[in-house]
Amino acid sequence: MPIHEKSLIRPENLTTHDELVLDGVDVSGHWSTFIESRVVNDYNEAMEDEIAALPGGEYIHRCWQCGSCTNSCTVHAINPDFNPRFWIYLIRMGMESELLRDKDIIWQCVSCNKCTYACPRDVVPEGVMKATAHWLEMKGHTPKSPSMHFDEVFTEQIVATGKIEESRTIRRFFKRTSQGLMQPWMVEMVKRMLKHLPIGMLTRMGLATLVAPRTSNWSNAASAIQEYIDEQHAEQEKALSLPELIDAAQKDAAA
Amino acid sequence: MTTKDKYKKVAYYPGCALEGTGHAYNRSTKAIGKELGLELVEVENWNCCGAMEVKNIDPKIQTYLSSRVMSVAANEMDMDVVMAPCNGCYHNLKKAEYDLANDADSAQVVDRLSKKAGHKTYESGQVETIHALDWIKDTIGEDGLRERVKNSLSGIKIANYYGCMYTRPRHIFPEKDSGPGSESTSKPHFMDDLLEAAGAENVDFPLKTACCGGAHTLSDSDTSTKLVLNILKTAKLAGADVIATECPTCHTGLEMHQIRAEKTLGEKVDIKILYFTQLLGMALGLKPKKVGVHENISDSMRFLKEKGLA
Repeated sequence: MPIHEKSLIRPENLTTHDELVLDGVDVSGHWSTFIESRVVNDYNEAMEDEIAALPGGEYIHRCWQCGSCTNSCTVHAINPDFNPRFWIYLIRMGMESELLRDKDIIWQCVSCNKCTYACPRDVVPEGVMKATAHWLEMKGHTPKSPSMHFDEVFTEQIVATGKIEESRTIRRFFKRTSQGLMQPWMVEMVKRMLKHLPIGMLTRMGLATLVAPRTSNWSNAASAIQEYIDEQHAEQEKALSLPELIDAAQKDAAA
Repeated sequence: MTTKDKYKKVAYYPGCALEGTGHAYNRSTKAIGKELGLELVEVENWNCCGAMEVKNIDPKIQTYLSSRVMSVAANEMDMDVVMAPCNGCYHNLKKAEYDLANDADSAQVVDRLSKKAGHKTYESGQVETIHALDWIKDTIGEDGLRERVKNSLSGIKIANYYGCMYTRPRHIFPEKDSGPGSESTSKPHFMDDLLEAAGAENVDFPLKTACCGGAHTLSDSDTSTKLVLNILKTAKLAGADVIATECPTCHTGLEMHQIRAEKTLGEKVDIKILYFTQLLGMALGLKPKKVGVHENISDSMRFLKEKGLA
């Protein structure tokens, strides 16, 4: 069965009849299952181009569906629904509603690059996963994932200081995702860390959280980076026709 | 100049993690450098390489950040080799090098940002980026180590864990998979070679380049815990006492999720986690404290005492 027809045999598309006679043949009961007829007409023809316009998605058109990415995938091994090959197929076919069924797990790619290593066509599936996760968020299909929050907190700190001070990044991430910092395993970890550390080391670590390490003469680099990020973001929004969408939504609301 | 001489004095790029959770790696790398007579000159006023997080926001910003580090080493310090012990930093510098040599758009963005930031644009080829493993392997090598070992690691069974960023994707490491003596991207062996020369017994470990889920250590902790638990259990089954690491993200990830697996899944795997530089340092006769064993989260002191290293 071609994979784009797999959706036809999902439970909600299957029916059995308690009493049904067709041309004199009794087809009642479980042994005779009917597939609801379904016509796919909701192709999103712009989807592939939009995802290709986001960083990482550039080479999606090269895919020839060999499945090496899914076969080598770290996340697929622990969650069989995580299927980069299938998603690339859906994107290229424009089957948005099918893709959206998996919208909440696509961001879970761990960027181990096993797919990129295995891909015979240099699709860079890892990049496609990131571009797809971005696309889902930019289009409003999903809220920002925890991973996206982490990336943002991290990048903001680098723009601001040039360096990362880990405990600061962790605290800000937990705050932004409204999680308590004192999870039992974190507490246990800190306890074990403190057991052997000399006072001098603790003082040094404490100081780092108060006075973040920074790259000096960083301000010009910081503003250049921020300017570039904003510029790219505006271009990406344009590629996804977001300004038009927002415009149309506002007109709708006004009318 | 042979590789051996060229790597004897290198620009040292510790990166952010080595000043925080990975401080033990920083301490032990410097300690063995000193012990082996190799000179490390820290990159002046360095910045973050961009890590995976900035790459996710915008890959070209990551390229710029990494290029600035190489620009400082080349143009302000006149160095031609940058040594980065952190897999993330090493990977990103290599990736920036590749992109700048092969992608005109990246080169253009880096040039624009460098000019605005007020420093010389890094040109591909100005420096060579190496990992701490290359550094020891190509200067001292196995024979050199064998001569210098004071406390053999004999009787210690090690699973060598390299992680993702040291070998993948293949194209950013053109020197790997290039014939006899070179590093392999599918079955890396540099760490195995060095630790074996220091007397250790390497176990046959199939997950050398498996992923620890470091990208989602905090943002998807359950996935990370599962991946780490798999690595810990497999190493244990392979007969290892110790997992040797060469990346601060992997190392901290293994330690954190070893505890998390214990706390949230009730799965306790008793295996020690040490940086390869810590193991080599102790083999060279350095005390555990000199190589930062007390800075690790997991406690291996009793084990090291049993093995005569402490």
